[in-house]
Amino acid sequence: MTVVYPGGVTALDKLNLKINRGEFVVVVGLSGAGKSTLLRCVNRLVSPTSGRVEIDGTDVTSAGTKKLRAVRGRIGMIFQNFNLVKRSLVLKNVLAGRVSYVPTWRTMLGWFPRADKAIALECLERVGIAEKAAVRADALSGGQQQRVGIARALAQRPQIILADEPVASLDPPTSHSVMRDLKRINQEDGITTIVNLHFIDMAIEYADRIIGLREGALVFDGTPADTSEAVFEEIYGRAITAEDKLGDGP
Amino acid sequence: MTTSFKTSVDSGSRAMIVRRRLKRGVVTAVVIAIYVWSARGIGFNVVDILRELPLFFSLLGRMLPPNWSFGLRILPAVIETIQIAILATAIGAVFSVPITLLAAGNVNGNRPLYLVAKAFMNLIRTIPELLYASILVAGIGLGAFAGMIALVIFSTGVIAKLTSESLEAVDTGPFEAIHAVGGNKLELIRMAVIPQILPSFSGYTLYVFEINIRASTVLGLVGAGGIGTVLRTSLDLFRYQNAATTILVTFLLVAVIDFVSTKLRERLI
Repeated sequence: MTVVYPGGVTALDKLNLKINRGEFVVVVGLSGAGKSTLLRCVNRLVSPTSGRVEIDGTDVTSAGTKKLRAVRGRIGMIFQNFNLVKRSLVLKNVLAGRVSYVPTWRTMLGWFPRADKAIALECLERVGIAEKAAVRADALSGGQQQRVGIARALAQRPQIILADEPVASLDPPTSHSVMRDLKRINQEDGITTIVNLHFIDMAIEYADRIIGLREGALVFDGTPADTSEAVFEEIYGRAITAEDKLGDGP
Repeated sequence: MTTSFKTSVDSGSRAMIVRRRLKRGVVTAVVIAIYVWSARGIGFNVVDILRELPLFFSLLGRMLPPNWSFGLRILPAVIETIQIAILATAIGAVFSVPITLLAAGNVNGNRPLYLVAKAFMNLIRTIPELLYASILVAGIGLGAFAGMIALVIFSTGVIAKLTSESLEAVDTGPFEAIHAVGGNKLELIRMAVIPQILPSFSGYTLYVFEINIRASTVLGLVGAGGIGTVLRTSLDLFRYQNAATTILVTFLLVAVIDFVSTKLRERLI
C-alpha cells in the first residue's frame, strides 16, 4: 500500500501489514512518519494511492459510498483533540457513535431510539463517567473528554478501534489511565486496537505488538520484548532522548 | 570628510522631504477637487442653507406640538410594520439555511457550487431593500406583502453571509469524527454543524430582525406597507403634527426592539 499526498509527499511507501484479530498494536514513529495516514487508510479517511486495505476479506479501498459508511460504522476512532462537539451534551456526543445504526430521519429529528440511548449510557459507564451524561462536553477535563471519545467509539460496537495519538493532549497520569482503559476494553471485548503513540515507554508498556514507521516505511514489527534502544534509534533515526518517554508510570 | 558626508545626507533627505510634500499636496488637491465637484453636482451651497433655515424652523414649528391623539390611530400601521419584520426575518432565516451550507467551504466540498452560492449571496446584497420594494410594488402591487418579500430577499442574503462566515471558522474536528463513524452528509450537518453554528445563526437572525424593523418603517415611502405609509400620507397632506407623532412612534418602536433584541443576543453568547 502506498499513499502519495497531493503535492507529491509520499506518506506511506509500499507498506505491507497484516494485523490479527484482537491484537493491541502500537504504531510508533516521529511525527510525519506516516502514523496518522496509516490509521486513516483503515477507515479510508485517506484513500491509498495504490494498493489495498482489506478487513475480514472485505476490500475497503474499492468500497462504494454506502458500503464504506457501513464499514466505518464498525470502526471506532479516537482522536488526539477528542473531536467532540463541545457545546453538545456528553450523551449526544456518544450517540453520534450510533449514527450508522439509526435511520437518518431519526438522527435528523434527534429522536434516538431508547435502546441506542441505553447503549450510549452503558458505554459512558464503562469508561466511568456515566454521571456526566447530561453535562456539556466543554465542561469536562481533558481526560474526561477523551473518555467521551472512547465511549463514542464503543457505542459503535466496533470490531476495530483506531486511536490517533489519544494521549498527546493529556498529562502523564491521565495518559496512563486512558491507555489502561483502551487496553482493558481490548482485552474484555477482543476489539482489535491500533494506537499511534510517540512515547516509547508507553508503547512498550501497553502493546502486544509494536510497529515502527520511519518516513513512511516499515522499519520494525515485533513484540515489546523484541525492542531495544537500538531498535527505537532506528525508528526515530536519531538517539533516544528523555522527551521520547512519558515517564510517571502507573 | 565629515562635512562632505554631512552635506550629502542633508541634500538626500531634503530631496525626500520635498518629494513627500509634493505628494501630499497633490493628494490634498485631488480630494478637494472631488468635494467641490460633488457639491456643485447637487447644488450644495451654504448661502442656500442659511436662506432656507427659517423655512425649516417654520416646518418644525408646524410639527409641534405632535398630535398625540393620532398615536392610537396609527397603531394598526405599527403592528403591520412589526408583522412585516417578523415574517420577513423568519422566512429569510429559513431560506438562508441551504445557502449558508452551500457557501461554507468546509461543508460544501463542491467548488463550483460553493462559488455560485457565494456569488449569489453577494449579488442579492448589492441591491438595497428599498429598490427591491419599489420593483415588487410595481410587479405585485402596493402593500405590505410586497414590502415583506423585499425584506425576505435582503434578510436571506445577510443571514447567509454572516452565518456562512462563522461556519467556515468552526472546529472541523467533529466533522472528521462524524465521517469516521460512517455518517452521511445530512447526519454530519445535524450532528456536527448545527450544534456548533446555532448560537451565531440565532444571533444574526435577531440582528437582521432589528435591521428589518428599521427598514420596514421606510418601506411605506415606496408604497410597500407599514408605518412609512402613514408618514408619507401625513407629509403629502401637510399634516405635520401627525407626521411628528409618526416619527416619534417610529423612533420609540426601533429603540424598544433594538433594546430587547440586544439583550436577547447577549444571552446567546
